[in-house]
Amino acid sequence: MSEHSNESTYQPVSLLYYTLQLADTALINGHRLSEWCGHGPILEQDIAVSNIALDHLGAARSLYQYAAEQFNNLDEASKKNAFSSPLLQQVVGAIDEDDLAYLRDGWDYRNLLLVEQPNQDWAFTVARSFYLDTFNFFLYRELAQSKDKSLAAVAEKSIKEVTYHIRWSSEWVIRLGDGTAESKERIQDALNEYWRFTGEMTHATEIDNAMHAAEIGVDLAKVKANWEERIAKVIDEATLTMPTGTWMQEGGKEGRHTEHLGYVLAEMQFMQRAYPNMEW
Amino acid sequence: MSAQNNKAQNEWPLWEVFIRSKAGLDHKHAGSLHAADAQMAIENARDVYTRRMEGVSIWVVESKYIHASNPDDAASFYEPANDKIYRHPTFYNLPDELTHM
Repeated sequence: MSEHSNESTYQPVSLLYYTLQLADTALINGHRLSEWCGHGPILEQDIAVSNIALDHLGAARSLYQYAAEQFNNLDEASKKNAFSSPLLQQVVGAIDEDDLAYLRDGWDYRNLLLVEQPNQDWAFTVARSFYLDTFNFFLYRELAQSKDKSLAAVAEKSIKEVTYHIRWSSEWVIRLGDGTAESKERIQDALNEYWRFTGEMTHATEIDNAMHAAEIGVDLAKVKANWEERIAKVIDEATLTMPTGTWMQEGGKEGRHTEHLGYVLAEMQFMQRAYPNMEW
Repeated sequence: MSAQNNKAQNEWPLWEVFIRSKAGLDHKHAGSLHAADAQMAIENARDVYTRRMEGVSIWVVESKYIHASNPDDAASFYEPANDKIYRHPTFYNLPDELTHM
């Protein structure tokens, strides 16, 4: 269980939602990357992107286990109000990681909008991963100092994995950008199109602020500064242009999602919902 | 350069991969893969050949730089050594205490 900070108190459900922000982002991103399995442009990259997907799924599992533990320790009133997905509310007794992953509907998911965006092609997948991996790299470095032991432990383990992820996606941005005329155009288009989802990552919500005050969450302003510097450096080395849009789409961390999440969950959750409690 | 471009458009160069395991002293040939450059080759080797903890060190060499002996020359290359027993390291009596020679 996490230690409560002396600096400020927070609602237990805030910590639960914060954990789910991290867990859901990892799960949906892992799922999107796993869609490449068997369809990669070349064998070695098919394996690379599948390995990376598994890294995200592993982190998601640890976080969901912690989230389930937190939920089970909530008082009855908080439990009733934490989610509004009918199937989850019908679970009798303690919930577990699978219940959280498979029985919540889109509005109870708190992943970043960026990760539910479709793979489209290699350039779009690379652009999406580039933005997310850079964010994760700086996020986990800060989160490893969290007062919450469980989150700090997940962050500590993830740092090594994310160090490889950021290398993989950054190098692909550079190869595509400083490649042929076609690859340059494709990666530039992808970076431009997914740019509007990058603001949400470092824009602090009420929960982000509450967690930061409790020294459990991270200072997103610091992460943002690091993120912007690193992104600019790689884009420059790739001989590409920094996207310049200022309007950012938001809401994912609060359960307001794009139309894509519905399709992702429909595919991911179908088996558990059609054959409840199935095992294989 | 354009002839090379035509080939490059269809396939990346082939690299041979050598992996040294944690307990090992030498890099063993693990297989081959395609990659655009040396850095990608090392990363691809990491993804393909070390995901089950097979190793802790990777060498990659572009296949075109590996020169191998011709099997047809085997007779003239290797058989003459067979009957020059004064060169073979087999005349030492090793004490029983030595276990790793």
